Amino acid sequence: MNESVESVRAADAIAIERTLAGDRDAFRVLVERHSATIFRLAYRLTGNHHDAEEIVQEAFLRAYQKLEQFASQANFATWVYRIAANYTIDRIRQRKQEDARRQPPSAEMSDDVEQDPLRQIPDVTPSPERLTQSLELRRQMENALQTLTHAERIAFVMRHCDGCGIEEIAAALKSNSGAAKNTVFRAVHKLREVLQPQFAPRATARAMGTES
Amino acid sequence: MKHLSEEQLIEYQDGESSGRDVGAAHINSCAECQAELHRLADMLAAYQALPVPDPGEDYGRRVWQQIAPRLNEKRSRWWQVFLEPRRLTAAGLVAALLLVAFLAGRVSKRVDHGEAALTAEQVRQRVLLLAVGEHLGRSEMVLMEIANAEPEGASVKQVNLSSQRRRAEELLDENRLYRQTALQEGDTGIANVLDELERVLLDVAHSPGNVSPAQFKSIRQRIDDDGLLFKVRVLTKEIERRENTGKRGPAQSGSAQVERNNQA
Repeated sequence: MNESVESVRAADAIAIERTLAGDRDAFRVLVERHSATIFRLAYRLTGNHHDAEEIVQEAFLRAYQKLEQFASQANFATWVYRIAANYTIDRIRQRKQEDARRQPPSAEMSDDVEQDPLRQIPDVTPSPERLTQSLELRRQMENALQTLTHAERIAFVMRHCDGCGIEEIAAALKSNSGAAKNTVFRAVHKLREVLQPQFAPRATARAMGTES
Repeated sequence: MKHLSEEQLIEYQDGESSGRDVGAAHINSCAECQAELHRLADMLAAYQALPVPDPGEDYGRRVWQQIAPRLNEKRSRWWQVFLEPRRLTAAGLVAALLLVAFLAGRVSKRVDHGEAALTAEQVRQRVLLLAVGEHLGRSEMVLMEIANAEPEGASVKQVNLSSQRRRAEELLDENRLYRQTALQEGDTGIANVLDELERVLLDVAHSPGNVSPAQFKSIRQRIDDDGLLFKVRVLTKEIERRENTGKRGPAQSGSAQVERNNQA
């Protein structure tokens, strides 16, 4: 039986109230209910199973520590999603700085993405989309994601995989809405360029709004 | 004819009003831009459908086990009572609960009918009813599966309850929260049924995945002896009635109704 959005929010509200009242184990309900959703976000952002699990744990730890600040929020799932996205960005920045200290300035920082995460995904169920049934195409799509900067990847995943608003993305990127919108646009443009043969044969010409 | 730029196509696909305004007229009359839009939509849909590894059914439980030791108990200190955050929290929670109730359509219905605005206490009651109603529905499914399970033949040495056990584990935590909240709200009718439900859920949750026919019989006997399925159904009906009427029944009404029905 699927829970309705309203009943999930009601259940969350009760769990939050009891956690704030000092019942630490009440937080367990929230963790168990929302962990899988946050894992999906974290995996899409990082492409790495281990990193995604670490992000999930840290997101819930931070959510617990900040729970008093949640009071004016309406949706716990959205709130903890934002915490996870913010933590991912902070973590990437921190790693970049650490790597920059260890490596010569000219060295390009490689993505945290595993070389080919698709190899680790058991292909047991048919994809809902006809196009992704092709393993080769999936690999190309993952490779295309790796051409994005971290900010572009985060903006793209939040916008086009999880349906977040531009303001929400801007908040996660610590940017303004115009810059966030441009980041999403750049991400889509790059992906279309890489995947041009599969999805958009005329993408390059289109980019400038040329006449036919 | 000037075709839409990629940016305009993306805005159109995103449903942004500016993109819609600019693009709609052109796209309706341009087959090339329609095709381009479909390609863009296909690519975005394909990304949405990219598989993410399934972390497993018990993932949430594993996350909890990993973080629980790192969570400090939230204790109120004497000086906190006098500070605003705690009061703001209470006010914020009421606001959140109001929003939940509003989203559920309950508050708006009452207002539409011209009745008095709900108090914070009533909103809390409604949120509890909403959550408990859903919880009872899922609990009833588990109880019914156990009640209807038939060990196949006398030679059966074990009955597989692993699915029911997993769901009972999930339901247990919520059951405890709702029972405590109901008690706090003085709703002993709900609290009593949840108390009985909790004991059975505990039995199921603590059973091995495969139980012997004797263990299975014991669990099922407990459900039967307590008339638990019946009580859960009566309480579900009672909650539906209270949600629909918006009136709070007498504190004992749930259990009293069950008792009356048991005697009938």
